[in-house]
Amino acid sequence: MVYVIRRLLQAVFLALVMSFLVFTGIFAVGNPVDILIDPEATQAERVRLIAQLGLDRPFHEQYLIFLGNVLQGDFGNSFVYNRPALGLILERMPATLELAFAAIVIAVVLGIPLGMYAGLRPGSAGSQAVMAGSILGFSVPNFWQAIMLIMIFAVMLGWFPVSGRGQVGEFFGVRSSLFTLNGLQHIALPAINLAIGHLALVIRLARSGTQEVKAQDFIRFARAKGLHESRIVLVHLLRNILIPIVTLVGMSFGGLIAFAVVTESIFAWPGMGKLIIDSIRQLDRPVVVAYLIVIVVIFIILNLLVDLLYSLIDPRIRLDGAKQ
Amino acid sequence: MSETAISAAASPDVTPPPERPVWRIIRDFRKSPLALFGLALLVVIIAAAFLAPWITPQNPYDLRSLNIMDSRLAPGEVGFSGISFWLGTDGQGRDMFSAILFGLRISLMVGLIACTAALIIGLTLGLIAAYFGGRIDTIVMRLVDLHLSFPPILVALILLAILGRGLENIIFALIIVQWATFARMARATALSERGREYVEAAQSLGLSQTRILFGHLLPNCLPPLMVLYTVEIASAIALEATLSFLGVGLPATQPSLGLLIANGFQFVLSGQYWISVFPGIALLLLIVAINLVGDRLRDVLNPRNIT
Amino acid sequence: MSLLEIDNLQTHFFTSGGVVKAVDGVSYHVNRGEVLAVVGESGSGKSVTGLSVMGLIDAPGRVVGGSIRFDGREIANLPSHEMRQLRGARIAMIFQDPMMTLNPVLRVDTQMVETIHAHRDMPKQEAWALCRDTLGRVGIPAPDERMCAYPHQFSGGMRQRVAIAIALLNKPDLIIADEPTTALDVTIQAQILHLMQGLVEEDGTGLVWITHDLSVVAGFADRVAVMYAGEIVEQATTDGLIEAPQHPYSRGLIGSVPSRNRRGARLAQIPGGAPPAVNRPVGCRFAPRCAYRMEGCAAPQVLRDNVRCWRAADLPAFEEVLA
Repeated sequence: MVYVIRRLLQAVFLALVMSFLVFTGIFAVGNPVDILIDPEATQAERVRLIAQLGLDRPFHEQYLIFLGNVLQGDFGNSFVYNRPALGLILERMPATLELAFAAIVIAVVLGIPLGMYAGLRPGSAGSQAVMAGSILGFSVPNFWQAIMLIMIFAVMLGWFPVSGRGQVGEFFGVRSSLFTLNGLQHIALPAINLAIGHLALVIRLARSGTQEVKAQDFIRFARAKGLHESRIVLVHLLRNILIPIVTLVGMSFGGLIAFAVVTESIFAWPGMGKLIIDSIRQLDRPVVVAYLIVIVVIFIILNLLVDLLYSLIDPRIRLDGAKQ
Repeated sequence: MSETAISAAASPDVTPPPERPVWRIIRDFRKSPLALFGLALLVVIIAAAFLAPWITPQNPYDLRSLNIMDSRLAPGEVGFSGISFWLGTDGQGRDMFSAILFGLRISLMVGLIACTAALIIGLTLGLIAAYFGGRIDTIVMRLVDLHLSFPPILVALILLAILGRGLENIIFALIIVQWATFARMARATALSERGREYVEAAQSLGLSQTRILFGHLLPNCLPPLMVLYTVEIASAIALEATLSFLGVGLPATQPSLGLLIANGFQFVLSGQYWISVFPGIALLLLIVAINLVGDRLRDVLNPRNIT
Repeated sequence: MSLLEIDNLQTHFFTSGGVVKAVDGVSYHVNRGEVLAVVGESGSGKSVTGLSVMGLIDAPGRVVGGSIRFDGREIANLPSHEMRQLRGARIAMIFQDPMMTLNPVLRVDTQMVETIHAHRDMPKQEAWALCRDTLGRVGIPAPDERMCAYPHQFSGGMRQRVAIAIALLNKPDLIIADEPTTALDVTIQAQILHLMQGLVEEDGTGLVWITHDLSVVAGFADRVAVMYAGEIVEQATTDGLIEAPQHPYSRGLIGSVPSRNRRGARLAQIPGGAPPAVNRPVGCRFAPRCAYRMEGCAAPQVLRDNVRCWRAADLPAFEEVLA
């Protein structure tokens, strides 16, 4: 309990620091007045608009007002859409989360078996192909992969649509494009694109984990007990290599959401990433700030979740440390 | 018995003169054909990029040499002006081969400048943190941890959101993204080196702290940092290409590979693949070559692997 | 017919540095209810012999020759699914380091129940009860609670008891114990020895006890096989070996054990180290370290009257050497 509270306090502090940094950065440089206000406008109109947006007040006042509003969930209105910035982000969040989730599933479901195979049969042709593929996955820049995926699977073969999100289905109150065939077709390419880098990473982790664990005495003992090979691999080995992989998955979920910026822009996926890129280009300050704060919060929550998951998988780790 | 042993040890032909480490590194490096291939590829790419103005058939940014009649020619076709375009042309009739070499030039330059600056900053801060320890160490490392807990692309996006597009801005953003990685590595190596005898010896000789830091500690921390440096150049180039592709990096007047790929993206849908594919292959080759060399350097410089 | 008969077993490892003949012509046998101690220094091939019996030799290693007969049936190079049915059911093995033999992320009951279910169908509750009773049998207090614990919640000695319980679950005919007490404190060592002695007596199990420490098995084993550099150099009853070791290596082993009736005497030691396994001498492998070495030792040695030394009969009696 003490542990959880300490972690939460740290998280709040971190969020405060980040809000200050982001706000300062954006306050210090970009000047939205020039973009927002019609250059033809009269001086009086300009002054009125600036006052209306609160841009004439001293810096610290602006920050305090901003902070007060943020605590009430008010990040200000988007300069471009003239709607609450937080609302804009939240309504695009499901699309991004769904994409990141699909990518993680692909990376784990494909990566663990491939990595374990490479670890169990090192030197075999299949395992070398897997490793060469994972090195390539690391090296090919994400955005170019996306273009190649579109070129090959959407344009040349025509198996998947080029862009967009497709139909959204509802299942137990959760709305997602994972529940319709059309939605799945649309999400396939972007999810694969987002997954490839992590797939390569999961493969490497699973492989090195397998190589390390399979040499352990308890695997030999399990074989001495006469267990089936399948049980040794699927229970004894898998449970032991899962720990670093869960860490990676947890840690990288945030990274995936950040990297979704690239994937979403190319596949025109209507998520937070595409919104942030558009907002940066249009100097839509409130949306950028809100996005960053939301991302920081997501990161903090994810780190907490990973720590909790750890203790479930590895009995040797107990959160309080005092017990046991 | 013992006498012969001593005389044998003292005779010069029994103990060969120690090999200089540089030669050992070069000798070990050559043992991997894959790494040699990477190195050769890298040399060719760098030479081509460096010599681009002299070896390309046209200057892709001299508008007078472009002919709109040549636009979107497929690879191998001969243009209106009589030049054959081996890699095709883009929407403005620009020779892709020339454009790629000029793009490589910009990509390499950005990566090199940003990484070198990040290396210098990170190295200095890391060494200072490790050498002085205490509060300075805490402050620097807290900053590094905070920094590294966010994905690089996010940090770069924020900075470019604030600063806007531009060559200086993207270099600055890349430096900010990368210094922390170098600082952490420098601190870790310096910490393990600080306990060695030669540092104590230098201290007891009364050498100045700057002298110990940069004259003694620094050279011993360099090998692992050089490995990191090569690999980070690759990731800087990839990140710059990504940001330029997204339209928040380099301006259209400085077309790096990322921008070339972005320009070609619209044509991919209509089947004119070469405008996007060839710059991408160039980028891929560059990154793979750097990573192959870096991987091998890591093996060769790792003191545990010395045979 | 003996329970286990190993005849001229050869297990080699094909490494890039050459063929390592870890086991190079080993023969021994164990009867039901009998305890055979296999003694030798590390690298002598005693553990590899045990693993060969279990069919647990991994690449680049392979059983290349000889026979292993278990209960009258040849089991060297048995198809892997048939070998699996034997392992853990009729032949069980216990390993050296109890910290490493249990899977750290699985509960003890999981690791026990799966051992039963790998070999026979039994309702889950029945299997669980059997496991709990076996834990009690090996002297683990409060077995009901301990079943649900994880390995890290046990001490080293207790973990080895769990491993022994797992070995006993399917009532094996033969147990191979590979230095099961080496990693434990001396007092715990004695407890485990005592426990094992009782258990094999009760069940009439054959036991191969692999160790590098002759003093551990002195009061416990029926017979001793001494291994050196991949082969057996001497076999005898425990008392016979301790009273009158024949082979110079056995003499060295026994001479190096501190003993009560030789207080104050200087401890003997065997000079030098075992020859490398890749390139062994053609003749007697112990010759380079042997005090009785002479020219004839360069010829290959055979096991004669259970001693692999052509001069065994000529050597001075062991008591005279000690005096």
